[in-house]
This record gives sequence, structure tokens and C-alpha cells, in this order.
Amino acid sequence: MPALSPTMEEGKLAKWLVKEGDTVKSGDILAEIETDKATMEFEAVDEGKIGKLLVAEGTEGVRVNQPIATMVGDSEDKSSPAATQKSAEAPAAPKRDAQKAVEAKPAPKVPKVEVAAALSDPEIPEGTEMVTMTVREALRDAMAEEMRRDDTVFLMGEEVAQYQGAYKVSQGLLEEFGARRVIDTPITEHGFAGLGVGAAFAGLRPIVEFMTWNFAMQAIDQIINSAGKTRYMSGGQMSSPIVFRGPNGPAARVGAQHSQDYSSWYAHVPGIKVIAPYFASDAKGLLKAAIRDPNPVIFLENEICYGRSFPVPKLDDFVLPIGKARVVKTGKDVTLVAHSICVGLILEAAEKLATEGINAELIDLRTLRPLDTATVLQSVRKTNRIVTVEQGWPICSIGSEIASVVALEAFDYLDAPPTKVTGKDVPMPYAANLEKLALPHVEDVIAAAKAVCYRD
Amino acid sequence: MAEAKTAPDTGAKPAAAGDNSVSLKTLYHDMLLIRRFEEKAGQLYGMGLIGGFCHLYIGQEAVVVGMNAAQKPGDQVITAYRDHGHMLACGMDPKFVMAELTGRQTGYSKGKGGSMHMFSAEKEFYGGHGIVGAQVPLGTGLAFANQYRNNGRVSITYFGDGASNQGQVYEAFNMAELWKLPVVYVIENNQYAMGTSVERSSAETHFYKRGSSFNIPGEQVDGMDVDAVREAGLKAIGWCRSGKGPIILEMKTYRYRGHSMSDPAKYRTREEVTAVREKRDPIDHLGQKLIAEKLASEDDLKAIDRDIRQVVNAAAEFATESPEPAEAELYTDVMA
Ligand SMILES: Cc1ncc(C[n+]2csc(CCOP(=O)(O)OP(=O)(O)O)c2C)c(N)n1
Ligand SMILES: [Mg+2]
Repeated sequence: MPALSPTMEEGKLAKWLVKEGDTVKSGDILAEIETDKATMEFEAVDEGKIGKLLVAEGTEGVRVNQPIATMVGDSEDKSSPAATQKSAEAPAAPKRDAQKAVEAKPAPKVPKVEVAAALSDPEIPEGTEMVTMTVREALRDAMAEEMRRDDTVFLMGEEVAQYQGAYKVSQGLLEEFGARRVIDTPITEHGFAGLGVGAAFAGLRPIVEFMTWNFAMQAIDQIINSAGKTRYMSGGQMSSPIVFRGPNGPAARVGAQHSQDYSSWYAHVPGIKVIAPYFASDAKGLLKAAIRDPNPVIFLENEICYGRSFPVPKLDDFVLPIGKARVVKTGKDVTLVAHSICVGLILEAAEKLATEGINAELIDLRTLRPLDTATVLQSVRKTNRIVTVEQGWPICSIGSEIASVVALEAFDYLDAPPTKVTGKDVPMPYAANLEKLALPHVEDVIAAAKAVCYRD
Repeated sequence: MAEAKTAPDTGAKPAAAGDNSVSLKTLYHDMLLIRRFEEKAGQLYGMGLIGGFCHLYIGQEAVVVGMNAAQKPGDQVITAYRDHGHMLACGMDPKFVMAELTGRQTGYSKGKGGSMHMFSAEKEFYGGHGIVGAQVPLGTGLAFANQYRNNGRVSITYFGDGASNQGQVYEAFNMAELWKLPVVYVIENNQYAMGTSVERSSAETHFYKRGSSFNIPGEQVDGMDVDAVREAGLKAIGWCRSGKGPIILEMKTYRYRGHSMSDPAKYRTREEVTAVREKRDPIDHLGQKLIAEKLASEDDLKAIDRDIRQVVNAAAEFATESPEPAEAELYTDVMA
């Protein structure tokens, strides 16, 4: 099974396009394979004959690198040194290195406490029916619902329409809303971000998708100088009700220019709101709120979380308040604070800490600006210890801000210094081992929690 | 297709390496090396040995090989993330390129850059850039340095049809013409930017005209014909070297594979790809010409392929056997 996307761990063998005994040449399509994102055609690299098909059509969950067929070199090819090295699907046991590289990819671990956690939200009425959906679907549904409700809402960005979204978040929207409201742009971030702000000045409610937030750096001037400051500069006459959204933070092995967490960058700026959800229910309820908000809203998603499934309330119009953190789990020994993908880390850490007798309270910030410091402070006054967790760089981070607030407002309650777990202070390296070192992991969270509890 | 549109006749006499002296057989070899290297990279990606994004150059080989033949040592090259071909063409070692793809200490960036970010100061290769369009002002800056030093060198700045819509491209164009900077803008028009065809993204789809409001001349070139590329490259580089300022070459080309390894490429038909492969393949095309003109025999071409496969297999072996970077490398090279 070939790896056909940066985040693929297993795939479905959707269809064989060759049969045993077929002769194939380089470029021939061997099979259709469903990855975590799409159905891909898989081509032969070398000439040869299909020996045995080892995996039946329709088989799901075939691990990357598991042999799916054998190939035999044809006689003419024997002289060529390439004949001994057949294409990827040859059943030679994957080399040790290959195995290692695959294992190094972040496994989408979904800790057990999560389901319970996602269910207990004061905003969701008791007894509400829940449906399980991915974060990707929740975001799509939020946009679709708001577009049905309000004709001024439209979606614009690279590959959002015909391609159905580079990460498939806008799947089906073009079909439902048409090309007037679901608009493919050229690769001109600064231009279409500014165009969106202008349209918002004129009363439309644009949703501008950045393929990833890394590319929004091309557009950051319009986001901050135009969207963020115009209400103030115009003495309140003019506003920009616009949502800028897309995946933020490192994905997997995509290197320094494509792996950056912009949480603290945008959280720094007055005049905008910043949302960074983890659970599908929050993604949905907060994106709907963002679209209705009269202010510019930065909506930070996470590529690795798109495929994670969580319960989402089955309500006709589920809108959550912006600016409220949520206590995901109550505890008494230490407060763990995170947002976005790192909520998964603190949930996992809490499970392990519990087995060692440390009862952690978990806070999902959900919104980074305005930051719900009240919820954080209330927790710290109870637990007397706090660890913040994020993927961003340590200097001027979300954790730095929280540490400062806690030191100012809850100094007398602290039994240990507020502690940050962050990404390392370097550009993201590509190599699997270095990338792993650069990112915060569950073990780092556990170590920090134990340190503030003076345990080892 | 090599329709010379507004091509200037530079009249400049090509000299040294930047002339017609490289044999067609060598060009064949250089293109095939890229093809086989990319096929191997795709295979290693499928095995999980290469991670993240990996953009293959298969189909576009004639562009970079033709241009390279027209360059002189000292001319600089800069491009985007679809960069393996550019590195091999400018003489970077396939072993170290492949080792970067697998993220090993022996790679050109010590494993820290990956497929999209490789550099070679020695070979005047300036990367390897992941932000669409960003390399265009950078390449213009290389040309600025050439002019500042009056060293007679030319910057060859590559970018895609999609990148051609980025605003910074035009900011660079204006300065380049205003200050008569020696830069050849090579627009690799492979007709798609990810899933978006040029017709769906561009008000002016004749990219060679994109410099017209800055008075930068442009020419459209059959980017599937390595000889046509070299001819156009010689003229364009000559134009720059003689102090006439920037010039645009629009290379009409095609990528056979998806945008990156994870692109299902549903935005075009299988027939479209097959038609180009069968009728316009730059390597097949030149191979047939070599045989027809008796410049090489069928056996010669087979021998070239055999040698290349050996080089590529050795590179793959080297790249999978090299160690990962030492952990201490996490903190090196951040600052001087
Ligand atoms: C500023 C920016 N926006 C978007 C992207 C995502 N992206 C990467 S490649 C690409 C398409 C570029 O197409 P083109 O310039 O034609 O080059 P090609 O891939 O065809 O070589 C896009 C949209 C990016 N890397 N940088
Ligand atoms: Mg293109």
C-alpha cells in the first residue's frame, strides 16, 4: 500500500485496474486507492508483469507499506539493474527505515475521555441528540447553514469550489450554492483578502479560506491594517464582518515554510477576534458565530484534526458564544490549558497523570481573543498550578500571555511557577526525527505537570 | 508551437558553456536522469521514506535542461518547490538530493529542508521555495547583485503559471525593467496550478505578455522541445547579458503527475494526460530524433537508461542508508 498523502496511515483498495498476468509499463494505472483525503490512481513505476494480487478489491484499512501485489520483471528487463528493484508494491519486506518513517508520522490518537468531554457543554441543552461527525464535516455544515440563512455570506479562496477544497472542507458547497457564492480565486492572497475586506465594508459577509495560514502571510497587511483597524479609524462608521479561515500549524513533514502556528500572531492584534477550536461541536458552533459576528474573525483550524470524529449536537441552529473557554474535565491538582490540536495532548496527558494519582483540570481555550482569562484564573485559584500547551514558538506565545495574567491576578494562589510547553524555538525541520523533537508531545506535558506538582 | 512572438533578436554571440555546444545526446541524458530520479522519488514516497509534500517534475524536463544548456557557469538559478529537476540540471549530486528528500544528514540541507527547500551555494542554486511567487523578487535580487557588481551574470528565475498571478511578481517586474536587471523570468506554464487551469485563474493566459505593461519583452516557447528551449534560452540570456534588462520566456509544458503526491488530479481527464505523454513527451521526442538523425542508436539510448537507473538506484540506496540528522542539528543554523 503506497503512502499517497502526507498524513495517510492506511487506505482502502477501491479498485484493481489490472489483473494477474497483465503486463504493465511505467505510467500504467494499477489501482484506485482511497486515502484519508481522496481517491487516487496508483501508477506503475517500472515495466513488468503482475504476479499475484495480494489484497482484494474493496479491502479497507490496508496499512501503508503492506504488500498489495507482487510484480515479476519480464525477461527482456532481466539485464537491467532495475529489474531487481521493482515498484513500491513489490512484497519485499519494507526496509526497517521505511517502517520507522511511517511510524514517525503522528498517529491520530483520540483519547477516551474525549467523547465524554465533548458531550458536557453548558451550551448544549440536556438530552440533545448527538451525531458523530468529523471536524471537516462540522466546518462544512456550519458554512452551509449560514449560507442558507443569509445570502450575503459567500466563500472565496484557492481551490474551494471545483476542487472541493484543498483539504475537502468545502465539499459540496459549489453544488449547493453555485459559482456566485463559492468562488475559486487565483493564487493572490493579498489581493483576494483585500477584496474580501472591501466586500465586507460594502455589507457582504465573506468567508475567505486560506489554503493554509502559512499563505496568509502574503495577506497579513490587509487582515490587520484594513480589516482589523477600519472600525476604529472610521470612528465606528465602517466595519468588516469577515471570516478568514483555514488550517493552521504544522501538518506532517511539510517543512519550515508550511508548518507554523499563527495563534499568538493574531491574538496580539486589537480589532479582530481569534478562534482556535479542537472539537467538532466547537468548530461548528463557533464558525457559525464567527460568520454572524460584525467583526473580522480569524478562524484557525488544524489539518491533522480535520479527520477526527466527535459528537455534535443535532440542533437546527447551534451557535456558541465567542470568547468562552471550556473546562473539558474538572480536576484539583493542576490546570492544563490548550487550544486546537493540543487539547488532544492534554486529554491524553490527563489520562496518564490520573494513573499516577494526579487529577488534572483541563481547559480548552477555544477563543484566543478575547481570551477567557476568568475561566483560567478560577481554575488556577483551585489547583494552584498551571501548565499551558501549544505548538507555537515560546517567545510571546499564548502561554506567555497566560503566565503573565496568572502572575498578575492569581499570584498568591500559585504553588509553582506557571509553566509553558511549546514548540521549540526553531523553524520547523523536515527530517522525521527533528520534526518530532520540535513539537510538543504528551510526555512533555506529563513532565511539566509533574514538575509543577513537585513529583518525579 | 515554438511561436516566437515578441522575441528580441539580441544578436549577441553565445560563448563558452552558454552556447550550442552541448550535444543532443547529453541533453537526452540529462532529461532522462530527471525522469528516472522523479520516478524513484515517487516510489520512495509511496514507501513512506519521503514525507510531506513532494512535487514531481515529470513531463517538464526539457525546460530546465534546455535552459541550463544555455547558461554559463556563474549564472544563478532560483525556483519554487517543484525543484528536483532544477537541482539535477545544475549539476547537484542526485545522491545528496535524494538524501534530502528522505530527510537525512547527508542531504543538501542536512535533512532540515526537505523536497521543497534545497540549496547549493556552490552550484549557484538558490532554492527551493515553498511560498508561491516569493522566489520572483528573490531572483530579481540576485540580478540586482549581478548588476551592482557588474559581473556579467544572469539570474534565471523560474515560476509557474499559478505564481504568475501573485502581486509581488509585478512589483519585481517593474523594478527589473526600471533598473534593467539581468534576469530571465522563466514561466513554466504547465497549464495547471494545483487543480486550477490557466483559463480559470488568469485574465491573460498568454504569460509571455505579462511583462508588457512594464515593457519587458516576452516569448512563448515549446517547453516540450529541449532544443527550442535552448535556442530561446540563448537569446534571452544574451539579451540580459548585453545589459538590455529583463526578459520573459513562457514555456508551454505539462506535468504528468498530480500537483503533489497526494493530488488525485480529477480536474483533467486521463485522455488529456495520455495524449501529451504519447504525442509530446520531450524525452521520447528527442530519442526519436537522435535515432532518425543517426546521432544515436536504439542500443545507445538503452545504455544511457541503464546507466541512469544505476545512478538513481545508488542515490536511493544512499538516501535510505544515510543516518538521520543528529539531534543537535535541531538548534544549528538558526542564526549566524
Ligand atoms: C502563497 C501561497 N499560496 C498557496 C500555496 C499553495 N500552493 C502550492 S503550489 C500551488 C500551485 C502553484 O501552481 P503553479 O505556480 O502553476 O506551479 P506548478 O505547481 O504548476 O509547478 C499552490 C496553490 C503556496 N504554497 N503559497
Ligand atoms: Mg502550473
